[in-house]
Amino acid sequence: MVDEATKKTLSSIPLLKTKAGPRDKDLWVQRLKEEYQALIQYVKNNKGADNDWFRLESNKEGTRWFGKCWYIHNLLKYEFDVEFDIPVTYPTTAPEIALPELDGKTAKMYRGGKICLTDHFKPLWARNVPKFGIAHAMALGLGPWLAVEIPDMIDKGVVSHKEKTEGDYAT
Amino acid sequence: MDPTKELELKLKELKIQLELERQKHESARPIREKIAQMSSEVVDSNPYSRLMALKRMGIVDNYEKIRDFTVAIVGVGGVGSVTAEMLTRCGIGKLILFDYDTVELANMNRLFFQPHHKGLSKVEAAAKTLSSINPDVTLETNNYNITTLDNFHDFMSRISHGSLTSGPVDLVLSCVDNFEARMAINSACNELNLSWFESGVSENAVSGHIQFIVPGETACFACAPPLIVASSIDERTLKKDGVCAASLPTTMGIVAGFLVQNALKYLLEFGQVSYYLGYSALTDFFPTMRLRPNASCDDSFCQQRQAEARARPPKEQESVGDSKMEDKEVTHEDNEWGICLVDETDPRKLHADEDLGRGLVAGVKAAYTIPAPVVPDAESNEVDASGVSLDDLMAQMKAI
Repeated sequence: MVDEATKKTLSSIPLLKTKAGPRDKDLWVQRLKEEYQALIQYVKNNKGADNDWFRLESNKEGTRWFGKCWYIHNLLKYEFDVEFDIPVTYPTTAPEIALPELDGKTAKMYRGGKICLTDHFKPLWARNVPKFGIAHAMALGLGPWLAVEIPDMIDKGVVSHKEKTEGDYAT
Repeated sequence: MDPTKELELKLKELKIQLELERQKHESARPIREKIAQMSSEVVDSNPYSRLMALKRMGIVDNYEKIRDFTVAIVGVGGVGSVTAEMLTRCGIGKLILFDYDTVELANMNRLFFQPHHKGLSKVEAAAKTLSSINPDVTLETNNYNITTLDNFHDFMSRISHGSLTSGPVDLVLSCVDNFEARMAINSACNELNLSWFESGVSENAVSGHIQFIVPGETACFACAPPLIVASSIDERTLKKDGVCAASLPTTMGIVAGFLVQNALKYLLEFGQVSYYLGYSALTDFFPTMRLRPNASCDDSFCQQRQAEARARPPKEQESVGDSKMEDKEVTHEDNEWGICLVDETDPRKLHADEDLGRGLVAGVKAAYTIPAPVVPDAESNEVDASGVSLDDLMAQMKAI
């Protein structure tokens, strides 16, 4: 159901402990710390593996997240804004990751640019509440989505390379 | 042809066109005045005569009570919009609509919305049409996503104070298309102790269901993984390349019909309310069942409602045993044509479902299974958030 590479990536992301959502006040702050720790570790892992592919930050309350993700195709870097809200039922339900600028460009998206996840994502997430966090959602949801959809959109000509990014990540 | 006649014909044609255009722009204008009291008088001008006939026929005791009820509809898409129209035509007292989407031409394969609504918010477009169909219905619209923190608070406040008498709504109908929103409605209704109906149509458009949830008395939406009606399609062969979801006006209309029928039965207290009613379009199979709450449900308010339910004396209806239809032998005086009923249920199907043992009826299964929680071993890779501040972590993340 999940390929070996993704499995390996997943297993190196630390698991979270606190089952708390944005309505849970103090416990949510605890959860938020865990989220940041797991994310920092994941980004460090990615950099170490020469596979750095996203940055995220949140508002002060940790309820709204935004940042960038990028994908390298034929030595060119394609970069997109990422955003999502933490639903009130988090972490029982996963965040719905959105790439608003791609809204309407692919059928594998719901309104507002929310990515359409595979049938494997939700069961896997449900089995791992509350251990999975935002880092896992990125690794299991957005990562594989970009790998499938971006090359397809480039081929179809709906996504084109923009010379706006600093540095070349394709090494 | 006589040129005068020709001009007259042309004039007539243009007048009709003008009238059509005018109607299009004034669709919100009520065609009739509000009606203070439902009348059962059978005249062409009475919009309620056929509904009030339900009383005369002894189906419903007190039909006009429908005007006291407030129903919240969450999600005004393929199912929700049709649901809203049905309740509006039935003369419901008040509807509170929630949706954050806008009408697109891609919605035109479903009922209710029309191409000229394109670009309008779904709640706004729906309220416009509904108030022209029946100006007696009070309409409230909320154009937001209920799953985010601020909106959720407002959602809770509207369903607990939004009725015609500023009290809790009489029923919440979930017509949303995603798990997150269903779980949000579930936690709100568990917390506020409100009965609600969940409804859904599968992403392949050929199955659907409705589920009646009474907090503490029936399984809540978090008590078990989501249920799916077996569509007799091997899920692994389902092609999802290049698409997220398919939809049919038929399946959506059928599910909306089931939903409103059961909502009416619940509100007006007639017939028997189905706790779960599934629909498989490919085989025309309609499983029904009742699900008991999960004693170890993750939702603390569900557990609280279960404790309250246990403390209540059992209802008469429940002692009959899961409110199943009692099989009364129907004997007809004569049977001239020798008509008899043949059970078409495939007996193999009844035993094929391994989920039967868990209280699920044949043909319905859980979308996935949840393993029992395991105690993580000491070596597992877990975060350790002790002794760090959130601000430091946020700064660290930014600095990477």
